[in-house]
Amino acid sequence: MTSLNIIKAVNAGLRRSMENDAKVLVMGEDVGKLGGVFRVTDGLQKDFGEDRVIDTPLAESGIIGTAVGLALRGYRPVCEIQFDGFVFPGYDQIVNQVAKMHFRSGGRLRMPIVIRIPFGGAIGAVEHHSESPEAYFAHTPGLKVVTCSNPLDAYWMIQQAIELDDPVVFFEPKGRYYTKGEVDLDGEPDLPLESARVALPGTDATVVAYGPTVKTCLDAAAAAADDGRSLEVIDLRTLSPLDLRAVYDSVRRTGRLVVVHEAQRTLGIGAEVAARVTEQCFYSLEAPVQRVTGYDTPYPPARVEEEYLPDLDRVLDAVDRTFAY
Amino acid sequence: MTVETAAGATSPEPELVQLLTPEGQRVPNERYDALVADITGDDVRSMYRDLVLGRRVDGEAVALQRQGELGLWASLLGQEAAQVGSARAMRPQDHVFPTYREHAVALCRGVDPLHLLALFRGVDQGGWDTVGSNFHLYTIVIGAQTLHATGYAMGIQRDGAIGTGDPDRDAAVVAYFGDGATSQGDVNEAFIWASVVNAPVVFFCQNNQWAISEPLERQTRVPLYRRAAGFGFPGVRVDGNDVLACLAVTREALQRARDGEGPTLVEAFTYRMGAHTTTDDPTRYRLNAELEHWKLKDPIERVKAYMVRGDLADQAFFDAVEEEAEELAVHLRAACRALPDPTPTSIFDHVYVEPTPGLVAQREEMSAYLDSFAEEVAR
Ligand SMILES: Cc1ncc(C[n+]2csc(CCOP(=O)(O)OP(=O)(O)O)c2C)c(N)n1
Ligand SMILES: [Mg+2]
Repeated sequence: MTSLNIIKAVNAGLRRSMENDAKVLVMGEDVGKLGGVFRVTDGLQKDFGEDRVIDTPLAESGIIGTAVGLALRGYRPVCEIQFDGFVFPGYDQIVNQVAKMHFRSGGRLRMPIVIRIPFGGAIGAVEHHSESPEAYFAHTPGLKVVTCSNPLDAYWMIQQAIELDDPVVFFEPKGRYYTKGEVDLDGEPDLPLESARVALPGTDATVVAYGPTVKTCLDAAAAAADDGRSLEVIDLRTLSPLDLRAVYDSVRRTGRLVVVHEAQRTLGIGAEVAARVTEQCFYSLEAPVQRVTGYDTPYPPARVEEEYLPDLDRVLDAVDRTFAY
Repeated sequence: MTVETAAGATSPEPELVQLLTPEGQRVPNERYDALVADITGDDVRSMYRDLVLGRRVDGEAVALQRQGELGLWASLLGQEAAQVGSARAMRPQDHVFPTYREHAVALCRGVDPLHLLALFRGVDQGGWDTVGSNFHLYTIVIGAQTLHATGYAMGIQRDGAIGTGDPDRDAAVVAYFGDGATSQGDVNEAFIWASVVNAPVVFFCQNNQWAISEPLERQTRVPLYRRAAGFGFPGVRVDGNDVLACLAVTREALQRARDGEGPTLVEAFTYRMGAHTTTDDPTRYRLNAELEHWKLKDPIERVKAYMVRGDLADQAFFDAVEEEAEELAVHLRAACRALPDPTPTSIFDHVYVEPTPGLVAQREEMSAYLDSFAEEVAR
């Protein structure tokens, strides 16, 4: 077992993928000598060379567009987008090209591209550095969208994403980058990429989260336990496809569901989860599904982000509402 | 296997417009002397003051960030002359579309630097009056503002505010951006637009040699100013640490634009003497020797040397400017600390011109939630 934070875990996962498959490339702004602004690619250029770890020109459309060409040539590019808000110059390439190539070619052409995006807030940053754009991508057929919440998942999920022949948008919770955890680097992943994880079993209410809010919900569950209430916390991990088997199972037992994410509420992942749970578990529900999310505003200035972001109290408040109904 | 990426560039040595040597010696220039012929001792002193104030505001901001008062700061250290020289070339009716680093331009355009601090403190996302100052909001998404500048220039064109010969009416736009930004699609599209419509815009690229950790070679194989030729307008490289040369070159470009002759690309050849931002650690990717080399070309020292040589200022003047800078810093320090945090519900205020029912409901939801804590405390 090795104690790693999420940054080091993704780094170790990338390293292993690059060792296992010479076709794996890392490309992005400042990923080489600097090791990325968060140091996720630290040391990779030194060990794998400039041909495999590419400091690209400053152009996101170029990063994704050339990754498409490299993928057509048999490479497996892992693209780093420096911050969530900067994926949009590459959005056209992702949505119109990466997502559709397999479909358009009748399955002949594959796009084994991973697009890593540090996402989410709570880091006191200026504009465009704290966004949660996952729903834009989950809304796009042809893309797989996943996110890790802890070092163990970070280590395995990045490798599984790279191995996949479909394109994957890989969201990393930058506000939790320094969260540490134990990782067995030589072990085996305990879950396939496209499955949710029950992060904490419980009996009274179900709380669904992903990425940065998983920790928030685990903290809320600890606080609820002190008050004698048992929350089951489910970490979605995969946002497209959504794996809600564990959620259905849980809601059928608890009858109460709260979905938590940093992204804006309207048409967010929570809306889809609520719709599906309503379809599948209608007779089990004791209360309407509650959403604890960012508000429907642009991400606000850092000095008010604390109030904007879901926190422990807002989660518990929502749980209370499911009981008060 | 190594992919060969080196291309043998055979074009002639790039030319650099310079009017002041690093030692402060005035070098004659056939083309550009006329453009600064009207500059008096007062003008030089006033530009010197802008340079010093710009650097002092910047230094104070870095210190405030270190003390936890700002979330971040992007330092302009080393780029003062490029900014002051270009800004001082503008007329009141000209417009500026900046990146996130044009603090000295803001100062020259009369924007209270406290607004810049507020943005980096995380109090707001651009609180200054863009209409009063003609200094538009900072743009963090690399390159986007070059298109805004071009579109604004197209508006000026349509309003008949170019080519009239009236110096108080004819206007132009300056788009600031960095060397890294030249790789973005938006910037290249802006070049194309401006060229095709002959827009009154000056593309002012501060080539500070670095885009975070990436040196210029990661963005280009030709000197940046030469790119302009391919788009169909003139490009010029100017010593970005020479305030007089920056003034001259930008004046020329702005006048071309105001006269209806279209865009110009100015490449101000300079150096980012500090870190990319306060979160950056440049020791990871560049050698200290490079910094030491550029220190010899300091943009403020050379003006000072020029002024001393030419008896344009005495020690009392320099002391007075220092004192003024210090007073400004002291004022900003206190004013920054005193900036009130926005009220949480203010985030709903300006999403739309009129609040939507959904946002009104969310605002009430937030209020009620926050009030519930106040009640708890009261109980
Ligand atoms: C579209 C976009 N991609 C990435 C970034 C992150 N980023 C911020 S500054 C920067 C480098 C900019 O370099 P340059 O254009 O030379 O300007 P400088 O910072 O040197 O003034 C990068 C990559 C961004 N702000 N916007
Ligand atoms: Mg630069």
